[in-house]
Amino acid sequence: MLQDKDRIFTNLYGLQSWKLDAAKSRGDWDSTKELMAKGQDWIIDEMKASGLRGRGGAGFPTGLKWSFMPKESDGRPSYLVVNADEGEPGTCKDRDIMRHDPHKLIEGCLLAGFAMRAVAAYIYIRGEFFHEADVLEEAIEEARAAGLLGKNACGSGYDFDVYVHRGAGAYICGEETALIESLEGKKGQPRLKPPFPANVGVWGCPTTVNNVESIAVAPTILRRGAAWFSGLGRENNVGAKIFCISGHVNNPCNVEEEMGIPLKELIEKHAGGVRGGWDNLLAVIPGGSSVPLLPKSVCDSVLMDFDSLREVQSGLGTAAVIVMDKSTDIVKAIARLSAFYKHESCGQCTPCREGTGWMWRVMERLVAGNADMSEIDMLLEVTKQIEGHTICALGDAAAWPIQGLIRHFRPELERRIEEYKARAA
Amino acid sequence: MPTLTIDGNEVTVENGTTVLQACEVAGIEVPRFCYHERLSIAGNCRMCLVEMEKAPKLVASCAMPAGDGMVIHTNTEKVKKAREGVMEFLLINHPLDCPICDQGGECDLQDQSMAYGIGQQRYDENRRSVREKNMGPLIKTEMTRCIHCTRCVRFAEEVAGVPDLGAINRGENTEIMTYLEHSLASEMSGNVVDLCPVGALTSKPYAFSARPWELKHTETIDVHDAVGSNIRIDVRGREVMRALPRVHEDVNEEWISDKTRHAVDGLKYRRLDQPYVRVNGELQPASWQDAFAAIAAKTSGLSGEKMAAFVGDMQDMESMYALKQLMTSLGSKNIECRQDGANLDASERASYLFNSGIAGIDEADLILLVGTNPRLEAAVLNARILENVRARGLKVASIGAEADLTYDVEHLGEDASVLAELAAGKGDIFKALQAAEKPMLIVGQGALAREDGAVILKLARDLADKAGMVSEHWNGFNVLHTAAARVGGLDLGLVAENGQNINSLLGRAEAGEIEFVYLLGADEFDVSKLKDSFVVYQGTHGDAAVSVADVILPGAAYTEKDGTYINTEGRVQKAVKANVPPGDAREDWTILRALSEVVGHVLPFDTAAELNEKLVNELHLVDVVDVKPQAAWGDFGVEGDVAAGALISPVTDFYQTNPIARASKTMAACSAEFVQVGVALEEATGTHG
Repeated sequence: MLQDKDRIFTNLYGLQSWKLDAAKSRGDWDSTKELMAKGQDWIIDEMKASGLRGRGGAGFPTGLKWSFMPKESDGRPSYLVVNADEGEPGTCKDRDIMRHDPHKLIEGCLLAGFAMRAVAAYIYIRGEFFHEADVLEEAIEEARAAGLLGKNACGSGYDFDVYVHRGAGAYICGEETALIESLEGKKGQPRLKPPFPANVGVWGCPTTVNNVESIAVAPTILRRGAAWFSGLGRENNVGAKIFCISGHVNNPCNVEEEMGIPLKELIEKHAGGVRGGWDNLLAVIPGGSSVPLLPKSVCDSVLMDFDSLREVQSGLGTAAVIVMDKSTDIVKAIARLSAFYKHESCGQCTPCREGTGWMWRVMERLVAGNADMSEIDMLLEVTKQIEGHTICALGDAAAWPIQGLIRHFRPELERRIEEYKARAA
Repeated sequence: MPTLTIDGNEVTVENGTTVLQACEVAGIEVPRFCYHERLSIAGNCRMCLVEMEKAPKLVASCAMPAGDGMVIHTNTEKVKKAREGVMEFLLINHPLDCPICDQGGECDLQDQSMAYGIGQQRYDENRRSVREKNMGPLIKTEMTRCIHCTRCVRFAEEVAGVPDLGAINRGENTEIMTYLEHSLASEMSGNVVDLCPVGALTSKPYAFSARPWELKHTETIDVHDAVGSNIRIDVRGREVMRALPRVHEDVNEEWISDKTRHAVDGLKYRRLDQPYVRVNGELQPASWQDAFAAIAAKTSGLSGEKMAAFVGDMQDMESMYALKQLMTSLGSKNIECRQDGANLDASERASYLFNSGIAGIDEADLILLVGTNPRLEAAVLNARILENVRARGLKVASIGAEADLTYDVEHLGEDASVLAELAAGKGDIFKALQAAEKPMLIVGQGALAREDGAVILKLARDLADKAGMVSEHWNGFNVLHTAAARVGGLDLGLVAENGQNINSLLGRAEAGEIEFVYLLGADEFDVSKLKDSFVVYQGTHGDAAVSVADVILPGAAYTEKDGTYINTEGRVQKAVKANVPPGDAREDWTILRALSEVVGHVLPFDTAAELNEKLVNELHLVDVVDVKPQAAWGDFGVEGDVAAGALISPVTDFYQTNPIARASKTMAACSAEFVQVGVALEEATGTHG
């Protein structure tokens, strides 16, 4: 369990002011200049050594990602883009970072941007985060006024600025290349990769897109050292991270915890336990709506980190833990997710455009049991026809919850079909 | 030069090749819908997925650059499954209306579902239906059939230069449409019908009229502009059903303009299908013998000085040659092919050719347009300029009336005096032309068909010389013609002697000095000036000149005869007969040959082969087919002062430039939709006229 001394987000709940003075008193912007003086390579090496894996869902090593950026410009500027389009159902960690601790993010932008030799950072913030965008903009203004950003940022001799760009309400714009398209003023549709953003990103320039949390933890890691961060958690799944616990728990919350904490401990310690007790648990979606659900039997012992959850055929995703107790109509819950993905599919590529609607329609019928037994397998096959065949990961994200449902709740589906048939007869 | 292994075979391909292209090099077919070699890569249909070793997922071969050492599999179970999956997704919302779909028989979706589909259906839900969209008089939409490949969207933006098409909404509600439901305002719009892999966009004029397997295909040449687009004419019975593009990389790539494609219905209407003779002021049907006799009665005893002949814009070399022989035998040297009065001289070939070649645009780094609107005069050529503006940052500047050419143009001024300044070595553009590696100067008929046209020609020549635009390997001096017959006519020397042009000849006709005028398909001038002359009109359509004709001889249109044409580059191309002329109409050279007997000067050829032999003897270049010639650089034009006034393109209505187009209902509809915008609305009050 994470000790208070190891906590990075010390104002996650907004008990103190988010303003610059308060942030400084919490340790932000402390010796930023000295960190920068150690050089770009040092920062990237330190980030690599810290073992931080991207907090946006895919878990790609952050330091490695930064190292892909060109060391010498070919004439094009480089950019850092911060993905603050937090739209994954169940996830609300970036929101709290931005409204309660914006200076962590802004300082992170400077250090990360400096390390990857970027000229500016663009924070692409979800349009619905109206208040958060206001806070962020004000915090940036504060930092600028204090000489922390802009020309000669923090007195380091490096020019760097941060801009906020508001999205217009599309889930797909959280996909990094769709986000870039949207930032450029185009329709938010994912781009083909390769070329990767580190080579051809926003306005055709080298770009790194990072999640808010990945950037916001960077200054603390650099200040306290890679060894400190990698000493938390489990091997290859190190550090602390914010978990968002929602659903049928007594105390839904965001909480910063060590990676690899048992799911049961996470829920019981921080969220006040499952409504009606642990035995009343039906299933948990451990990492935001995109990952397959876990039945109670798995939840009993699973650890909350990338590799442990992959072993049980799910994923850590954004660490948004959605808890469902036995009152849940699990089929309807997943059908609702299917409706979400059908609605948010950008429509660019075939499997996702056509498949998400098909899956949703079958799911809707399965809720009532109005289906043929063979359609369960057909549905599973359709999910496989989508998975891995699309331009971006939205296709996978639409397929996985249904795969999880069929994997763990097939008897429930069969029961509904049989009952429906019996009623109809 | 990466070397990769595809299905066990090693292939080495050029840098920048995609995996899909590499597969084609290896002779392996990869199915695709959205990929098109002339459009940007979308990678959205996902039909071309292949397995790449070391990649966690299948990769879209159309978008994956070929890399050294890649190992690609296109025939594994995984790939087969993926193709079946994509095929199934494409079909679940595609209506099963192939029996009533115009794309039937030439549909990519049909073909590929036969080859790669699972052959059965599992989708039990309701299918999506999408409302029809208005895309104008040429494109019929059935958007329920759309598979969202976005080829049309990319074409409109990248080739036509008119970003009017787009996909609105998202997910399964995505719809392709023109914003605000207006027509696709491009001279190239018909190409989206060819690009559409399904029956979502089909040809409106051709709707429900034929099935592809009923049609006889003839590969021939287009004559609606001077580009000489390579086309295929599809005929059912004796009726031309449609015109489609053929690939010719150096001419039209694989695009054709809407006029080339859709004016063909004009071949059915207002046709001259029998000879006429004017009796007591009225045109009366007549036999060929009577018509010839009426001509002979006029020419007998008439001095050649009192005769003239004008050649139209769509004539083949053979008929022009026969006319030249006939007029010469009658003693007349007043044969004129420059219907618009262009001040071009037939003596220097480089002075009237598009010397850089159409494909030369691909290499050019700066283009200066003088008195031309290539969008209206040669739409396909304009698309090529746009392509290079987009792909290689080609810069374009212009002198003449301002116009929307679909790309950014630095407008230097309207007046010819701007050209004079440049030719004197002044201005930034002069420096830019000097500095450019392959600069092009394109002079249009809007600059040449003026009183001071010869002076402008001289200025343009001098500018090309002075700015170093002409070298051993590059000739940047170009004349863009609007008439398919013009270069051929000039090559044959169909230019009136002693500096006369059509205007002076018409003046002499009005004054009574010229009594006999032979019009070979010539309608594009003020025919009222011939009302007192004896006029023979040999042509295809009841157009302008018929009103003043005393004898009408029905000829064959370009699809109805074998013929030779020389395009604006000087490229000789052969048109092939696709159908027969209507009624009593005959191929043009045979009419002239028959007439020559009656007027007493028998032309020395009895067959097309003999005619061709004579033609080649006189003009060797006709024998060199489909080669862009290199004309020697020389001195041409006339020193002098330029007149004031804007250089205005001769084409104002793209859709109405020749007798065939003016007879076409489709072209009339396009003209009403795109050119006479506002006019039609104001007039169409219900009580108008």
